[in-house]
Amino acid sequence: MIRFTHVTKLYPKGGPALDDVSFHVNRGEFVFLTGPSGAGKSTILKLVYVDQRPTEGEVRIAGQSSVTLTGSAIPKLRRRLGVVFQDFRLLEDRTAEQNVAFALEVIGTPQDAIGPKVARVLTQVGLAAKATALPHELSGGEQQRVAIARALVNDPLVLLADEPTGNLDDRATRGIFQLLRDINATGTAVLMATHDLATVRANPYRTLEMNRGKLVYDSAAEHPAPADEFDAPVPDRAAPAPPQGELPEATP
Amino acid sequence: MNLALREALRAFSRAPMLSLLSVTTIAFSLFAFGLFGLVYLNLRDALANVEERVEIRGFVAEGTLAEATSAAVGDIAAFPEVASVRYVSDVQALERARRELGEFEDVFEAGILPASIEVRLREGFRDPEHVRSVARRLEFYDFIDDIRYGEEWVEKLYKIRNIATAVGLSLGVTFALVAVIIIGSTIRMAVLARSREIHIMRLVGATNGFIRAPFLVEGFLKGLLGGLLALVLTYFTFQFVGQYVVEATYFSTGLAILGVLGGALIGLLGSAVSVGRHLRRV
Repeated sequence: MIRFTHVTKLYPKGGPALDDVSFHVNRGEFVFLTGPSGAGKSTILKLVYVDQRPTEGEVRIAGQSSVTLTGSAIPKLRRRLGVVFQDFRLLEDRTAEQNVAFALEVIGTPQDAIGPKVARVLTQVGLAAKATALPHELSGGEQQRVAIARALVNDPLVLLADEPTGNLDDRATRGIFQLLRDINATGTAVLMATHDLATVRANPYRTLEMNRGKLVYDSAAEHPAPADEFDAPVPDRAAPAPPQGELPEATP
Repeated sequence: MNLALREALRAFSRAPMLSLLSVTTIAFSLFAFGLFGLVYLNLRDALANVEERVEIRGFVAEGTLAEATSAAVGDIAAFPEVASVRYVSDVQALERARRELGEFEDVFEAGILPASIEVRLREGFRDPEHVRSVARRLEFYDFIDDIRYGEEWVEKLYKIRNIATAVGLSLGVTFALVAVIIIGSTIRMAVLARSREIHIMRLVGATNGFIRAPFLVEGFLKGLLGGLLALVLTYFTFQFVGQYVVEATYFSTGLAILGVLGGALIGLLGSAVSVGRHLRRV
């Protein structure tokens, strides 16, 4: 579903952020993206949600290619992705539910469909009781839950998380990570950039390790996934997704 | 659209002074247009009135034969600009003078007024240029001594009208440009103030049109308000002038609506120019 083929990314200032990186992520997979600061983790995520384009090589997301994707097609693609950040990026003057609803309003979701969707997703992240709280009235972990709810509300194919627990204490970190696992269990792929090695080691998920723009380790390299599934366009989310068990598994 | 309107109103309440400034600038721009527009309108009415009475008189030399003048009347009547031609004999001229200026009745004696050929022009040919051209053709007749057509004041009125138009246009355009620039910079600030929203909108897949819409609505509304304010200002000025200076005519409803829409257009233009440039940088 996400495939990097010999991707190099050069920023105008500074050296290569990514240097000949190739990997793929299957539907429903949970993947850690690790490595020190400046290794290129965030750049990979930015290439996936097309905030950046590769200097060389190709990024394919849900059947779309970074080479042929037009600027006007980007919004449509992003509606099938969810993104969360270390700093939550909530609107401070709106309540939790307004923050989530905002993501639906700005893509033209009909008004009467917004309320139920927001309620469902806030329940899913365990914040139904704090729907009317403003961000500053919530703890860091709760704010990140709102951000995750916002990312989930459009039923994304993949959740991209850039250091989602970087600003949180241990307890909140465990809670957020458990939430991401629960989300993954419902069939949403998760690509999580982190340098929290304790969490990475404690979980059996696939790990991609970056260092100075190079992919230095892929735990799935010894068990390559079949190459048929991820290049095909993913059916629109309006179509029923096939049950989880029938998908080819990348991890053993 | 609903959302765009709500976000635009939010922007209003966030920066009320700046919003007021843009509205006022647009209002002044249109007020300048409006005032000179009123001057133009009223002068045009006055000119139409005057033009109706534009008449060319060619005075006929004494002792001219009746055949010559009647032939000339026939010729002149055939000019395309001419509505009617009339020969006024010296006797008729005297009678008319006595009738029109009764109190001076005794002053007039036979022979004091010459016979004349009086030409009236068709509508659309009553401006100074056409009048002059017809007058020049009358000069070709040897028996015409002198020609009068009130040239000085017709031309003066036309000149005033042209000056009013030019001043109004250039002042209005200058103000409109200033308004576009001010609106542009308020939109710039609004874009920066809302960079977080814009970032999130992009992230969740809002289209560029959707991101732009609130700013365009904001500009449009400011322009509309400016237009309405200008209308109120011109109306009060008009009332004042009507009461203390001179009776005048006001804009027709259609023109007033056009002016307000003009303000909305200025606002829309200012934000459209600015929002495209600044969204790219957020």
